[in-house]
Amino acid sequence: MALLELQNIHTYYGGIHALKGLSIEVEQGEVVTLIGSNGAGKSTTLKTICGQTRAREGKVFFNGTDITNMRTHEIAQLGIAHVPEGRRIFPKLTVRENLEMGAFSVTDKKQIEEGIERAFHYFPRLKERINQKGGTMSGGEQQMLAIARGLMMKPKILMLDEPSMGLAPILVEQIFEIITELNREGMTILLVEQNANQALTVASRGYVIQTGEIILQDKAENLLANPQVREAYLA
Amino acid sequence: MLLSILPQVLVDGLTLGFMYAVVALGYTMVYGILEFINFAHGEIFMVGAFVGTEVLLIADAMGSLKGMNPYIALVLMLVIGMLVTGALGVGIERIAYRPLRNAPRLVPLISAIGVSFLLQDLVRFTEAVARNEFYLNSPILFNNSINLGFASIPQKALIVIVIAIIMMVALTLFVNKTKWGIAMRAVAQDQTTASLMTINVDKVIMLTFLIGSSLGGATGVLFAQNYGTIDPYIGFILGLKAFTAAVLGGIGNLRGAMVGGIILGLLESLAGAYMGPLTGGAFGAEYKDVFAFSILILVLLFKPEGLFGEAVKEKV
Repeated sequence: MALLELQNIHTYYGGIHALKGLSIEVEQGEVVTLIGSNGAGKSTTLKTICGQTRAREGKVFFNGTDITNMRTHEIAQLGIAHVPEGRRIFPKLTVRENLEMGAFSVTDKKQIEEGIERAFHYFPRLKERINQKGGTMSGGEQQMLAIARGLMMKPKILMLDEPSMGLAPILVEQIFEIITELNREGMTILLVEQNANQALTVASRGYVIQTGEIILQDKAENLLANPQVREAYLA
Repeated sequence: MLLSILPQVLVDGLTLGFMYAVVALGYTMVYGILEFINFAHGEIFMVGAFVGTEVLLIADAMGSLKGMNPYIALVLMLVIGMLVTGALGVGIERIAYRPLRNAPRLVPLISAIGVSFLLQDLVRFTEAVARNEFYLNSPILFNNSINLGFASIPQKALIVIVIAIIMMVALTLFVNKTKWGIAMRAVAQDQTTASLMTINVDKVIMLTFLIGSSLGGATGVLFAQNYGTIDPYIGFILGLKAFTAAVLGGIGNLRGAMVGGIILGLLESLAGAYMGPLTGGAFGAEYKDVFAFSILILVLLFKPEGLFGEAVKEKV
């Protein structure tokens, strides 16, 4: 059974039918990307997984457990780290405090310190900023902090929502390098991106979502070569 | 003559100010997290005053107050008062506020006002049944004064100030240094994201009510010890003034509530003592409440974000 499995999900925002029978699978150790244009339902998919919006129909399974109706903090506790769109770091907490909140479910102090050291290994910039308030940092630094914070709980899966949004090309490059490195070390990643080209380069498989439906799914290299995808998302 | 009473006026003002400050913390903590004014907080303070005083009266009736170290008696009153009001605050949140969390802003506010009346009448009813009167005269544990020559400081006022400072320092340490304290600030800044960090937001809100209410209840105990007479309606004006102090300091800001409370207490005491003589008797001490609320209006007009608050930026 897949690590994460969405079966026939229907999600509504009021009267708007945002996800129309969506099914996705993520296997252990994969990088899977969900690409699509603005408003296609990418963020809604992640929010449905972590219980921020409720599916009206369908089921979400994680590690064999039905998490469809669990509460957000309980879902996170199972090992699902969601790095939300727009980074959403805590602006008035310091970098260190932000990281500590990422490890809220971790009770072992030593493990928290190791996690912080690991975060500094991936993102050396954060070390210089350790006592700075999150809100005073640049967008790139905030994205690094958001990813580092997500890693603090030692998740089984990392879900990234548009990590490249609003960042300079060199920073985008860095973020994708880190995604590759994390995966090489065994992390399962579900990556939501508008930047389809970059996303398909690091991913092993991809889903193309359009107005709440999966219209294509394939190996990443096939999607990259697919003329339909090239025209719609890689132009 | 005017200057000779100044030290006394300042001592009175500080005593009052520290009480406002601690009660203001309860308003500001809840506002920081829920953006909601818990108007029943003044009544929680009042319940604290009654519980503490009843502890003392019951101990006295059983004959166990005589010979008891007054400090132990005080600690006993504070602990029981804080436990009862803390539980009361948590219960009120669970029953009267949580079901309304997604309702329009005004609805929980009305609910809070309803809880206020309920608590006032509940205490009045209980006391009337138990003691035939709804106001209480509290035995005073500390009657001595420390004479400094230029002023004499009543021991009970000193106790109010010392305990208030201990509570403020403890709260500051908790909020800044502990895991749950930092989680409280995280929830205040972004509830949705906090829950992604495995933080149980409901639990943090409960904790906020527990701490805010028990601080309010402890202040009630101190109030009864300092002024001697209490009735079920003392929470109304004091609550409003503590709320004024919280707004003055910047609602949602802990340091603001502390400083705002002390400033308001001092100003009110100064106004009470000097307004009469300075205006040739036209406005006497009875106008000190007018003075306090005029400050609220002025703050709202000229610095609505308060002394320590941040101007609210329009969210995109």
